[in-house]
Formats: sequence, structure tokens, C-alpha cells
Amino acid sequence: MRAQDVVERTLAAAAHLHGCVVLVRESSEAVLRWANSTMTTNGHTTSGRVTVIAFVAVEGGTAAGVVSSSAAVTGAAQLSALVVAAEAAAHDAGPAKDAMALPEPSGDDPSWGDGAVETSIGVFGGFAEGLAEVLAGPQRQYGFASHELTTVWLGTSAGVRRRWVQPTGSVELNAKTPDLTGSAWTGASTVDFVDIDVVALAAEAARRLEWGRRRVELPAGRYETLLPPSATSDLMIYLAWSMDGRPAQEGRSALAGPNGPRVGERLTELPLTLACDPAAPGLEYGPFLTATRSGEGISVFDNGAPTRRAEWLRDGVVSELAYSRAEAAEFGTRFTPTGDNLLLTGGSGASIADMVARTERCLLLTCLWYIRQVDPTTLLLTGLTRDGVYLVEGGEVVGEVDHNFRFNYSPLDVVRRATEVGATERTLPREWKDWFTRAAMPPVRVPEFNMSSVSLGR
Amino acid sequence: MSLDRIDPEFRALPLTALADAALSRARDLGAEHADLRVERIVSQSVDLRDGTVTGVSDATTVGLAVRVIVDGVWGFASHVELTPERAAATAERAVTVARTLAPVAIERVERADEPVHADAVWVSSYEVDPFTVPARDKVELLGEWSQRLLAADGVDHVQAGVAQVRENKFYADLAGTRTTQQRVRIAPWFTATAVDRAAGGFETMSSLAPPAGRGWEYMTGGGWDFDGEIALLPELLAEKMKAPSVAAGAYDLVIDPTNLWLTIHESVGHATEYDRAIGYEAAYAGTSFATPDKLGTLRYGSEHMHVTGDRTVPHGLATVGYDDDGVLTGAWDLVRDGVLVGYQLDRTFAPRLGLDRSNGCAFADSPHHVPIQRMANVSLRPDPRRDTTTEELIAGVERGIYVVGDKSWSIDMQRYNFQFTGQRFFRISGGKLAGQLRDVAYQATTTDFWGSLDAVGGPSTWVLHGAMNCGKAQPGQVAAVSHGCPSARFRGVNVLNTQEEGR
Repeated sequence: MRAQDVVERTLAAAAHLHGCVVLVRESSEAVLRWANSTMTTNGHTTSGRVTVIAFVAVEGGTAAGVVSSSAAVTGAAQLSALVVAAEAAAHDAGPAKDAMALPEPSGDDPSWGDGAVETSIGVFGGFAEGLAEVLAGPQRQYGFASHELTTVWLGTSAGVRRRWVQPTGSVELNAKTPDLTGSAWTGASTVDFVDIDVVALAAEAARRLEWGRRRVELPAGRYETLLPPSATSDLMIYLAWSMDGRPAQEGRSALAGPNGPRVGERLTELPLTLACDPAAPGLEYGPFLTATRSGEGISVFDNGAPTRRAEWLRDGVVSELAYSRAEAAEFGTRFTPTGDNLLLTGGSGASIADMVARTERCLLLTCLWYIRQVDPTTLLLTGLTRDGVYLVEGGEVVGEVDHNFRFNYSPLDVVRRATEVGATERTLPREWKDWFTRAAMPPVRVPEFNMSSVSLGR
Repeated sequence: MSLDRIDPEFRALPLTALADAALSRARDLGAEHADLRVERIVSQSVDLRDGTVTGVSDATTVGLAVRVIVDGVWGFASHVELTPERAAATAERAVTVARTLAPVAIERVERADEPVHADAVWVSSYEVDPFTVPARDKVELLGEWSQRLLAADGVDHVQAGVAQVRENKFYADLAGTRTTQQRVRIAPWFTATAVDRAAGGFETMSSLAPPAGRGWEYMTGGGWDFDGEIALLPELLAEKMKAPSVAAGAYDLVIDPTNLWLTIHESVGHATEYDRAIGYEAAYAGTSFATPDKLGTLRYGSEHMHVTGDRTVPHGLATVGYDDDGVLTGAWDLVRDGVLVGYQLDRTFAPRLGLDRSNGCAFADSPHHVPIQRMANVSLRPDPRRDTTTEELIAGVERGIYVVGDKSWSIDMQRYNFQFTGQRFFRISGGKLAGQLRDVAYQATTTDFWGSLDAVGGPSTWVLHGAMNCGKAQPGQVAAVSHGCPSARFRGVNVLNTQEEGR
């Protein structure tokens, strides 16, 4: 059954309800994976899911129930069954605190009637040729390339009919010396793989392995540290995920101050702006909101609401926190949906090479790994450096630290203490890329990054 | 186990016809091995904030997968449509994938043999299928828990919820194995928060209840005392709010099973996965310091350390009758007398270690993912000679900390350097507990930490804990796994003060 028919027939089956949202997702994903310089698991999969959200008038308000199924839709009876189940779930749930009238449509979506867009293994055409060359090289190669196209159709009983195609692509390349004592990483996010030069990525990794020919041992301690864009992104994503308004209002977040949320508090004199923006060129995400669950900052009652640019930090000041429409009404503030990209801007035009060149002594990181929250009151995070910590002295890389470090540091302190921020570029967040690939970040210099202990892991 | 416990909706699927169609097509096309999996996974989550429902959500995932070996090369394909025609076409796609990859496949697949298990049925151990309980009853129970917590002094906010899964798998292969299985698991949770606006701080405390391979009976006292825990939690939280900050330094730790399970998961469970040890996960989840060349010689920990892998422990989240290679599961040693002696394997990895049988660790989390080697229940054995109590372990510590409940965790990609926090930390002074401490994290290198293990508690201290959401592979797969362990004592472990770390 066509996705549009799934939406219309489900809404028809739900006509007796207070309201209904139908979300159809069809995903197509092509992947290449390699290890020990040979291909391991490759594939092309397609999958789909129909989600039905029933809104039911109950004593005390409106209730919501969510039911979804990945089964292929072969008849209308299946859709009626989903509506019945969602209606039952709503009755069982009882009145929802986030109940609101569904958003009204804002004009026609000309792409509504279009079908699903599929990727294929062919998307890797030129990339695969380059990869074959890389795998034949002297280093041991490990990595993963993925291209996914997800088509979403959203229909609501308020009349919203929207369709969006979300491309998500990334490549990660991990090169090791034949004796496995050296390891380097490069990665990139992409819409279509046309812009990915895997031979150049491998050459960059090889250059880093070359830096590793000279090894130095360093103790744990606080070091001036250059965070490259990937490392910056993984820390800033955690910060953005911690910008929910409700916990800040209720005093249970690092963004809570003694007199309410820390909105308006200046973190830095640098004019740094941290934002999500559905229209960011090359990093676009859906212009309308879809939600299959309610939680802090998100509500199933907001399905179909337009997304917008939200500035979590603006010119160095805490600016916005995430609120669903119901939370915005509760706390007397503006509806602020979270987004599916993250941009940190406001630095200079300096590249990381420029920043290395004007450094007396510091650590240059590659990326971060296994980041977890240690203390929610300060947003203290722990994690590890991975695949290359390089020592910079006298304006150039002079060697590689012969181990990794465990760090303990808050992303709020990255913003507060940054002494230099360079040019923003598109990057791949290594830690969070399973959930979040669209980021543009600058390199950041932090004067005393806390390398808490030495990790012997390489 | 009786046949009729298998979900009738799953039984009603044309499983035999799908198997016949897929396997015969694969054989006709020249596959030397083919297997078909049909899966139906239903899940439900119920979530509340401050006693009010924020969501009741049900999800179903169904599909079939065909895996083949053609001329020593793997092929895999899956589909959502459960018809014999589609099963045959999917088998054909899997064969095409194998033939396409043949030119770039350097290694030929060799697999360990496995006896044929014809028409085997296996159902996990539970009493009440959670999907037979009305969601309204679940909301009521969680609401009542929330209200009890909210009514207590010092509790400002409560979040609570329960996740439930029923997983049905049908497996058939060309050798003649056919298995039909059903597993049920449940993960209840709640967290109480205390806010001190004047001091600008807050603290949380969460339930220590493990997720378990159990049914709804778990929620009403079958395996965990929720009422007792809810009664004690507010007082413990209030004490934690007022507790002094820890002085950083080396301490003897007595670690409760509710915390130690996660340290075992990260520092032993993942480190003894054979695919990691040989580099398959190097670019993502990582490798392992415990490489196969050290098998039989690596001093992992002290002589008190005896770690087993199993897929058989009752109520274990990784417990299953037959794995996704059609292997009858069992139990084996990973670390014996402190020495690395084993790995977690599938049928492809077993021959590489010179073993003639797999130990049953193949698992795929969905019909749309290829089976990979996944974690068994990896557990630390209690003292087999003496039933030492936790109090006795504490009595042997002059200056130390008793660590209860898991919270934050992080470990490096070779499983060397880790840092954990917890729900509660009690100061030990002169062999006795002396009130809670705040801001504690312990940090160590795996082999140093396990080398400092100087006593394990007896069987009466043993608890089966675990996780619903262990991640691995690209594209990512999620698996549930349990870890049993006694209380245990470690000497001279580095403890951080997290406030100082953040300065």
C-alpha cells in the first residue's frame, strides 16, 4: 500500500477519535564495513514502520496512545487494528499533561504525493574504487561507510500532510600500522558520497601514523589542548542534549540557577553561538516536527509543528532551552523544538593548522570516545581520547603520545574557558554518530583540559 | 516447557512453508549452508513523570532473514513480508550477495559442526506474560510507586517506567535444525530527585532492581522487593544530600553486586569477545587487550577471580535455548584462577581457536540484521567454599568505601582504563559502615583492579544483574545481557572526587 494511502485510511479509521497522527517511515540503507583490510559485512536493507498516535477524550482531559509496527501493510484491516490498539493504549494512559490542539497545516506540501526515495549499493560507486586502492595499501584498514535515505510522511487529523526525505551518510576510516601499535582516524559526514575522497582521507590517516614514528610518554595532568572539530562536536552535542527547559526550571539540571534557568548568563566573552537550524546548507533536517513519544522538550501533540532555528547559546550567552508547546505554555516561554543538526559558530577564520602553528606547547587530539555524564549538576563528562594524541611544540607536531588519556571535563567549561576558537567546518561526531551526524564545528583551544589518567588502550 | 506457551500469533505464521521455500531455493542455487530466521518482537514501554503518564507505547517488529554460505562466502538478505514467495526471493538475494562479494572475500568461511536439533522448542522462565496484563494496571502500579515516593520528605520529583519485550524466533537450516523459541524480559525503573535550590544543587537516587528475564510477576514481588526499596529510598536520598564530599585517594572497596555487574560487563564481558580480540570491531566498539596469543597465560586478576560465560542461567537476559547459529547453548570458563582461559564464540570463530564446537554466542537483534558474536551472561563465581557475607567483607576493611548501585560508566576501546560512579557510597571505618559519601568515582586499569581482588562473597551475596541495551557493530545492534556476581573486595583502588575533577 502507498504511504499516502496508509495515512488516509488510518485517519479514516480514526475519524471517531478526538484526534490522530499517522507517521509512515521508509528507510533504505546501504553499508560497507571492513576490518583487517578486507570487507566484512556489507548490505542493503529496506525497512518501514507505521506509527499511529491516538488522541482520546477522557475524564480530566485528552489522552495519547502510541502504537507502531514494522510489518508490511497489505490491507486496511491491519491499519484499523493499529488504531484500535492505540486507542486502547490512550485509555489506559489517562489524561496527558502535554495535551494541546494539534498544529494546523501551514500551506500545501508539493512533495506529499511522491514515493519513497531509495539508496542502493551503487551510491558507493566511486568511493568503492578508492576504497579498494586504500585496502591494498601498507596499513591495516578498518572502517564503515553508510548511506541512508529515510522518507517520512506525516498526516494528522488537523489536516497536516507533509513529506520529507532525510539523507544521512558517513564514513569512518581507522588505519593502523602493521604491528598495530599505531592507530589513526579520519571521518566525514555526507549527503550523497559524491564529495567523499576516501583516498585523501586515508592519506590524512597515513600522515598521522607518520607523526607516530616518534613517541613520547606523558603523565596525567592538565594540558593546553586543541580540540579538533570532531572532538568539539561530541562535547557540544552533549551540551545541546542537556538544554531541556523543564529540568532547568525545576532545579535539576546544570542549566538551573538559584533563581531559575541560567538563560541570559554569559559563559564567554567570545561571540560563540550554538544552534540547530533546519535550513543549514548541506545539513538540512525536516521543516516540520515528528514525535513518537512525549518527554522533556518533546510532545506527541506537537506533530506537524514547524521546526525552526534555535540558539542554545548566542554570542556567548545562554539563550534558549528546549520546550514543547505545552511546556512553553506551562512556563510562559516560547515553543522551542530540538533539532537534528548542531552548529557552533563565532570563531576566527583559523584552521587547525593555523592554530598549531601559533602554539608553544599543547596536545592535539583526534577524537573522543565513550563519553558519559559523571556529575549532572556541573555537566561533568568523562571519556577517552582515541586514535591519536599528538604533542605540539614550537608550532608543529613533534610526535605522538604513546597512550590515550581519560578526561573529566564539562562542555560548559569548554565554552567558558576556550581561549581560541577557529573556523567552523562540517565534521563527523565520532562518539554520537549512531544518532547524530549533522554537525559543523570549529577547532577549540582549551588551556587546562583535565587529562585525569593514562589509558593504556591504543 | 510446553508447546502452548509460544505466542499463538507467532505459531500461526507459515513458518514451515517459509523455511521450505527459502532453504530449498538456496540449496538449488548452490548454497552449502542456508538458514532462515523468522522473528516477531513486541515491546511496550510505560513512562511516568511525577506520577502522571508521559507515554504508553507499543511496537512490533517482524520479518524474515536468510543467511547463506556459497563457495565459502557469506550472503545475507531480509524482508518484512512473510510469504513463501518472498522467502524464496530473499534466499535468492542472499545468494546473489554472496556471489557478488566472492571476488573481494579474502577468507573462506569454515564453521564448527553442530548436532542437528530438529523441531526443538524453548521458552524462557517466567510466570506472567507482560503482554497479557492490561496497560491500565501497569500505569496504576507505577503511579502508586511514584505517589509513595513523592509523599516522602525531601523527594521533589519522581520518574518511573517499565520496558517489556517478548521475542519470538524461528530458526531453520539446511542441516535440519528447526527451533522455535520465546523469550520475555522486563526492566522496571524509578528515580527520585531531591532539589536544594538554596545551595543550587540536586541529587538523584534510582532503583537498584536489575532488568530480568522474567514476566510481570517481577513487578509484584517475584524476584525483587520493590515495596521495601521504595520505603527506604527517600531516607537514603536525604542522607546522600547531606553527606560529606569524599577525599580523593586510594581506598579499599567492597563492591556490591548492584554495581560490580557493570564493571564485569565492561572490563571482562567485552574484553573476552573473540571478534573484538581479532579486530572485527576495531573502528567502532574497539578491540581487546586480552588477545588470543595470551590465552592460557594472561594474568587477568587474582586467584579469587573465576568468571564464566553462559546462556543458560535462569532469568538471564542472554539466556536462550539455541543461538542464531542453531547451536545448543551451554556454560564455560572465561577466567579460571585469575587466568584468561576462554572466549565468547560463534560457529565461525570456534575453529580458529582450535575448538570443535561453538559456545553459542551468535545473536541478531532483529530480523533485518546479520547475526554476530554477542555477549553471553558473563558472571563472577561466588566463593565455593565459604558463604562469606558482605558484612564480613566490610569487617576486613580499615579505611574504605562500600559501593552500591550502578550509575555512570566509561571504558576505553581496549578495555583497560575505566571509571565508574554509583548510586550510594558508604564510608567504611574500622570495619564498619560510617555514613554516605558524595562525589565518588573509582578509576582503574582492568588487570590492576582484578589483581587487587582479595575476597569474594559467598553464594548468599550473589545477584543476577544486567542491561537491556548493550550496543555493538555497525549498523548498530542492541542486546540484553545479565551478569551475576557476589559482593567482592578490592584493595587500594583509586577514588576520585568528581567535584575536584570538574574544577
